[in-house]
Amino acid sequence: MMDQQAQYAKERRSYLVGFLLALGLSVVSFALVAAKLLPADYLLTGVFVLGFVQLLVHFRFFLHINFSKSKRDDLDLLLFSTLIIVLMAGGTLVVLFNLHHRMT
Amino acid sequence: MKPEVHVALKHPGINLGSSDRKTDVAAESPVFGFWVFLMSDAVIFALLFAVYGVMMHAVAGGPTPHDLFEIKSSFLETLILLTSSFTFGMASLTMKYSADNRRRLLGWFALTLILGVVFLAFELHDFSSMAAKGGVPQRSGFLSAFFALVSTHGLHVASGSIWLVVMMVQVVVFGVDPVVKTRIMRLGLFWHFLDIIWVGIFSVVYLQGLI
Repeated sequence: MMDQQAQYAKERRSYLVGFLLALGLSVVSFALVAAKLLPADYLLTGVFVLGFVQLLVHFRFFLHINFSKSKRDDLDLLLFSTLIIVLMAGGTLVVLFNLHHRMT
Repeated sequence: MKPEVHVALKHPGINLGSSDRKTDVAAESPVFGFWVFLMSDAVIFALLFAVYGVMMHAVAGGPTPHDLFEIKSSFLETLILLTSSFTFGMASLTMKYSADNRRRLLGWFALTLILGVVFLAFELHDFSSMAAKGGVPQRSGFLSAFFALVSTHGLHVASGSIWLVVMMVQVVVFGVDPVVKTRIMRLGLFWHFLDIIWVGIFSVVYLQGLI
């Protein structure tokens, strides 16, 4: 078992790494849009991909979610909520855009 | 008689672990319950995002995202909220490893609180400059959806800030006892969660609107 001091240093480093990763991803995202480095379609995809990666960084480094076995119950809760969100939000978007498409 | 064995299940979020085993075990179900709340909150936000996605182009001849959004101020808000997430992380670590150092804990809390309040000030500034350009909630479907989503997040940050003040008072009055510790752990989850929602807002609302 690690002593407290070493463990503290390790956890602080983990927060710092998460902070720097998230900062980098945000800056790249804003810079892409500010400088309009890519055509609009690619730009949008880029922003969404970077946003999604940043989401994972936040979950991993700030909320300490990972795939270790002892956290399985909580992971189940998270995955179930994700399923609900995908069904409800995704379903709303699909149905309404489909209607929009049919009415034009 | 068998000795009682506590199998400490790890909960998501910061775990007190060996620094305070007893509180760590006691925190388990409150923290899990708080996760259930956070996830239902996430469903609310997801649906507000879906509504925004549907309404985004419904500007009804009024101002468009291009006319209203400022990349500079949304970037600053992003930096401020992200930094406040980090400073809260430092507060959590102070609580975990040097709970008797109240001054340092309160210092990190104060820093987080200031960042939260500055974030809210920027957001109100955004809202008022949007209103000055005719971007008020009743103007179009796009603006109604925008204000529903972004101000729901703002209200969460405001209640988080009030909660922070309450916890600072509790730290001073009660000290960092087990009950206060589990409350700080839950506030931490809430605060980091709000930053995650903000990542969605700046990507989906501000950056998509400015492309």
